[in-house]
Amino acid sequence: MSQATTSEPAAGKRPSDGLSDETLLKWLYDMQLIREFETRTMQAYQQAKIGGFCHIYSGQEACAVGTIGSVEHDDPVVTAYRDHGHALARGMDPKACMAEMFGKITGCAKGKGGSMHMFDKPNHLYGGHGIVGAQTPLGAGLAFATKYEREVLKTTDKKRVCLCYLGDGALNQGAFHEAQNLAGLFSLPVIYIVENNGYSMGTSIARGTTMPDQLTLKAKGYGIEGLEIDGMSVLDVYDKFKPFADACRDEQRPGFVDLKTYRYQGHSMSDPQKYRTKDEVEEFKNRDSIANLVDHLMNKRECLSEDEWTEMQKEIRERVKEAVKFAEESDAPGVEEELYSDVMVNPSKNMSPIGKYIEGAKNPLL
Amino acid sequence: MPELNLVQAINQALAQEMERDERVVVLGEDVGLNGGVFRVTEGLQAKFGRERVVDTPLAESGIIGASIGLAMADMRPVPEIQFEGFLGPAYDQLVNHAARFRTRTRGAITIPMTVRVPVGGGIHAPELHSDSPEAIYSHSPGLKVLMPSTPYDAKGMLLAAIRDPDPCIFFEPKRVYRSFKEEVPEGDYEVPIGQAKVVSEGDDITVVTWGAPVFQCLAAMDELPDDVSVELIDLRTIYPMDTDTIIESVRKTGRCVVVHEAPRTAGMGAEIATVIQEACFLHLEAPVQRVTGFDTVMPYYKLELDYLPESPRIVQAVRECLAY
Repeated sequence: MSQATTSEPAAGKRPSDGLSDETLLKWLYDMQLIREFETRTMQAYQQAKIGGFCHIYSGQEACAVGTIGSVEHDDPVVTAYRDHGHALARGMDPKACMAEMFGKITGCAKGKGGSMHMFDKPNHLYGGHGIVGAQTPLGAGLAFATKYEREVLKTTDKKRVCLCYLGDGALNQGAFHEAQNLAGLFSLPVIYIVENNGYSMGTSIARGTTMPDQLTLKAKGYGIEGLEIDGMSVLDVYDKFKPFADACRDEQRPGFVDLKTYRYQGHSMSDPQKYRTKDEVEEFKNRDSIANLVDHLMNKRECLSEDEWTEMQKEIRERVKEAVKFAEESDAPGVEEELYSDVMVNPSKNMSPIGKYIEGAKNPLL
Repeated sequence: MPELNLVQAINQALAQEMERDERVVVLGEDVGLNGGVFRVTEGLQAKFGRERVVDTPLAESGIIGASIGLAMADMRPVPEIQFEGFLGPAYDQLVNHAARFRTRTRGAITIPMTVRVPVGGGIHAPELHSDSPEAIYSHSPGLKVLMPSTPYDAKGMLLAAIRDPDPCIFFEPKRVYRSFKEEVPEGDYEVPIGQAKVVSEGDDITVVTWGAPVFQCLAAMDELPDDVSVELIDLRTIYPMDTDTIIESVRKTGRCVVVHEAPRTAGMGAEIATVIQEACFLHLEAPVQRVTGFDTVMPYYKLELDYLPESPRIVQAVRECLAY
């Protein structure tokens, strides 16, 4: 969705200077779409229209949009449970995303997965995942498959690279260390992008992991090149991440990115946030990635006027409202059709009261 | 027709399926150069190369997690976990990921992964190398749990499992690995997942079992008087379970003994007894008996045969069930 169109930057210029106005306006649109979507998500959650748990992406928009905008559409993406932003940046229909959280049949998993489990195969999104760090070996496997397709099956010449996102809390999970070792050992083209928002739930990174200011050293221990990027500016993300991802793709090797960002909301919707001050949140809001980009487009590029920005926000508001309306008006999954569906392919009498396997209805949005 | 043992039959199935389908990848600790801890993958790396038979680090969560990633991308990974006790570190990936992705993706993403795992006791190994955790994984909707007891079934079931679109745990009873040979067709055939086998027909009592205890049950039948007619069922697939075959048999015999190596409480025997009382209540002549491991940690080898359901205990249970 956020595929960049570029021309060669002149000497001494930043890679993002070569991005077209259209691309940057599209990124602004996507970032604002995520922001607006999350605002409405919080409202719906507070109105008890969304069940389960809900992790809001607001503040981190430049991370998903900038990194996904730096790679190809068929590069696999896999992430953790703060996944609405990645789903939207990857091109999931906001209606399917919202309906999933509302538990409706039109959701991306027919309302049976919820907020943490956004999957969109046509857009090469291999899930949000609810267990901290457990998605990281999956990223290694997805990268392994891209390599296998090119080198063994020879079904494609195309070099692909997998983006595997994790939070800073996942740095301390065993699975991540196994995954990094595999990726380093087999030279798998997977980039582990740590969206480092400073807190694993209520524990600050300094209280949770060693060398919190030098995370790339951890990756170095597995022979993986690391890079620090300011995740509050989408242009900085692109400037640094694009060449890095290109190199990992070309050389078919792993990478590690400490993408420094901040979440404006609590860890989940039920977080008293005793671990940080309001001043700290304000400090980051003053560096807001969307405001940053608007300023750049209005005053540096001069490709966006106040009126156009107001109009874009309005359009997005309407689109998200429509998504909420769609979610509200959609049906809940039917017991007969969906309670027992999509578990496994073979019929099994004792699997369900109806005694047969059902492949549930396909979602028209995906 | 050539005679093969369980190890050879599995090896042949792997080789033939790798030949047939280039998407099949074998990976695990020492599966390549060393040919696997029980030598089940012997010769595969030499034949198919290091790209397809991959020696991995000692990291079960990473092996299964990466296999799931491969499967999501439409490969056919066949990871080996060296012993059933080492499934522990991979439990998260199996139960929280592999089992659930079909549901989570409304069927768009399935996990065609077959995890091969040597299972059970009887080879003088310690605990974690002699356990029988089939009930644990049968309790995770989305996983299929298989345990062939013969070379013929092992080959056919492994081919069926690798071609199955869902994640399968393929338990290989270590005690049977090299215990006997039988005729195994060289060609391609599948033994369907979810189908039990009636090993011997009988009218007086049904004995349900799977894995290595199949042979303890056969030994027990030899020890019973000739006029006792036992119907022996090898479940083969633990989940999804072929309850039809069990029900049909118990409705005929009215008596049943379930035999398994795993601990008694919440073992599959409990599930089978429940299925029987639900479906055969008015046919029953006696309570369903269980001959199982005990609710203890699997003991080291001096006590191993006291723990496992050996034939004397099976004979006694059958006698008691008949005399009830």
